Amino acid sequence: MFTVSGSPHVHGEYSTPKIMYGVVIAMVPAILVSIWFFGIDAVRVLVLAVAASIFFEWVIQKYLMKETSTIADGSALVTGILLAFNVPSNLPSWMVIIGALVAIGMAKMSFGGLGKNVFNPALVARVFLLISFPVQMTSWPKPRAITEGLADVITGPTPLGIVKEGLSAGKTMSELTPEIPTYLQDMTGQMGGSMGEVSAIALILGGIYMLWKKIITWHIPVAVLGTTALFTGILWGFNPESYADPAFHLLTGGLMLGAIFMATDMVTSPMTHGGQLLFGVGVGILTVLIRVWGAYPEGVSFAILLMNAVVPLINRGFKPKRFGTNPGIEIKA
Amino acid sequence: MGLLKTFKLGGVHPAENKLSAQAPIEALPIPKKAFVPLGQNLGAPSKPLVKRGDEVKVGQLIATAGGFIGSNIHSPVSGKVFKIDVVLDSSGFRRPAVTINVEGDEWMENIDRSDEIIKEITATPEEIINKVKDAGLVGMGGATFPTQVKLTPPPGMTAEYLIINGVECEPYLTSDHRVMLERGEEMLIGAQILMKALKVTKGYVGIENNKPDAIEHLSKLANDYQGIEIVPLKVKYPQGGEKQLIKAVVNREVPSGKLPIEVGCVVQNVGTALAVYEAVQKNKPLIERVVTVTGKAVSKPSNFLVRIGTPIGELIEAAGGLPDDTGKVIGGGPMMGKSLLSTDAPVVKGTSGILLMKKAEAHRKPEQACIRCSKCTHVCPMGLEPYLLSRVSKLGKYDMAEQERIMDCIECGSCQYTCPAAIPLLDYLRLGKNKTGQLIRSRNKK
Repeated sequence: MFTVSGSPHVHGEYSTPKIMYGVVIAMVPAILVSIWFFGIDAVRVLVLAVAASIFFEWVIQKYLMKETSTIADGSALVTGILLAFNVPSNLPSWMVIIGALVAIGMAKMSFGGLGKNVFNPALVARVFLLISFPVQMTSWPKPRAITEGLADVITGPTPLGIVKEGLSAGKTMSELTPEIPTYLQDMTGQMGGSMGEVSAIALILGGIYMLWKKIITWHIPVAVLGTTALFTGILWGFNPESYADPAFHLLTGGLMLGAIFMATDMVTSPMTHGGQLLFGVGVGILTVLIRVWGAYPEGVSFAILLMNAVVPLINRGFKPKRFGTNPGIEIKA
Repeated sequence: MGLLKTFKLGGVHPAENKLSAQAPIEALPIPKKAFVPLGQNLGAPSKPLVKRGDEVKVGQLIATAGGFIGSNIHSPVSGKVFKIDVVLDSSGFRRPAVTINVEGDEWMENIDRSDEIIKEITATPEEIINKVKDAGLVGMGGATFPTQVKLTPPPGMTAEYLIINGVECEPYLTSDHRVMLERGEEMLIGAQILMKALKVTKGYVGIENNKPDAIEHLSKLANDYQGIEIVPLKVKYPQGGEKQLIKAVVNREVPSGKLPIEVGCVVQNVGTALAVYEAVQKNKPLIERVVTVTGKAVSKPSNFLVRIGTPIGELIEAAGGLPDDTGKVIGGGPMMGKSLLSTDAPVVKGTSGILLMKKAEAHRKPEQACIRCSKCTHVCPMGLEPYLLSRVSKLGKYDMAEQERIMDCIECGSCQYTCPAAIPLLDYLRLGKNKTGQLIRSRNKK
């Protein structure tokens, strides 16, 4: 007996696990940087976040949803790592576990599991933790290279926090400049922040890998970063003493992590390139609005979650370019 | 060669696996029994003219076109009509067919069987169209649309270009490739005949760049044929699709729901052009064709010249026999071919290849949840959203499917090929197209 099925009879190279493990590989540089600067604490948070995410997915699928487990597809692993990336390395272990429960249980499985969630699970967890435990979520350990030995962890504010605080206290940018890290420090990860967001270089390396492997396209990251640069650039050009420059905004906080790894999440971003550009522009604008005029020094997470909510609308409005709309010759009716 | 032409929207690049590309066309022995189905073309099935016990010769008309979109059928063998009854066709459906017990190989006297190549085209356009119609020609790339219909543009429309489809973008298949290499001259004369019938002065032969020998060979020959240009194309599936080929070659887009003639183009397959040459210059109806027999486990991947009606099993035997490990037999290529129920089904006018797949290749991967990666949308050559169309089809929302242009789908399978979650998108799209088509037809009737 032969197998009979509809065409096509061959299948391409892509699979869900391949994409997910591709994202994991892309996160390796940022993982290494976070371990380098935050040491054993970073390992603790990473292992806990990953283990808890996978565990919760398994438990919920087995006992609540009563369906076959999909933990091997790698999506829970990605969520776990991203959750770790989004919290400070000194976050108490039980809070990390709560974060994983929120990410997997609330943001992913309650919508029906992989592919059905509206909001990025790791970001829902980040915002949940930020609102629930504002103190622990905003005491950022100062990064110190692993080679400098183990010492008591010193915590401090993020560059965005310094600027927000300083400007509202009436200081000017030139007065604040000595207090914030240099661009080089921002790029290599020597600034306060969540575990995975500190090194722009490591994140960009991961982004290039994902572009090469065709896991993401350039549209969302470029739109997010470009809009942020443009918007902050206009403000800075208008008054460089009351607004930080675009490079500062691009390199600090969670913008790189957000633009490259969070906003590009396939499940929660639009389906066409046009829609993806609009989505990215929206993330950029909301980020700057929150950073400059909002109550929080950082706004990337809120911006992405807000844009996640309008993705279904964007998908309705942005259709692919249909074949046949550009005949190239006059068609008689 | 970075500037090769191609279509712009979507497309994929499946592994080419042209295992039989170097195998010259080999004539297969005539079968002992020929099974000639009466429905071999797109459109109405043909009406039989013979009855049980009739003696027939090779090339004798045994069934006439069943309608405007229909075609004649000629006996591919000589012998005695054994029965006119249903046989199982390639898909396992019962279809009427003429079964002929073969005796000898006696041809109709008016068929020129010599090897001489006749270059001079004496027939008028009307005579050409009539000959093509009489000879029972259909599109031999697999669509089997009656050729004469394509040569008769609807009133008010005229053709500007003839495009010969030598793309063969389906993996594995090589029959068109071999025809271009071995019957290139006749194929080009066939193209000129088609140009004369269509009253056009410009003809193109589109060939993908993975067949450099065919491009070179035909480019040399084309110097002697006025108005014919060989166009090398970048390798991309589904470039052999009529609309994609027109876009690639002359940069025109056939609008939704319209025919190629509306942008001034008529597309014919390489094999059809050869058949046109034979019909017009040699008076030979469509009774045989070149069929690729291939597959990773096939011991001798081949290109056979076979009579219509030959059981597929005989082709497989000639290619080294059915491998033990065979899990799937496909009529056509792996992207758009049909999987066959048994090897007893006969070769028909539209059979371009027989592909044997190993057991391990035969099964689909288990379907997983859609991760909304949008790859299906980005590979769709028609600019559709397969993830959305499959979902609305599943839910039975056919009005929405129509709005989202499900009828534009050419069923190339690029979406399903690409889907990381291995969702059988095209299954759902076919269902949706079927139901939406029914709705549209019943609405038009009112």
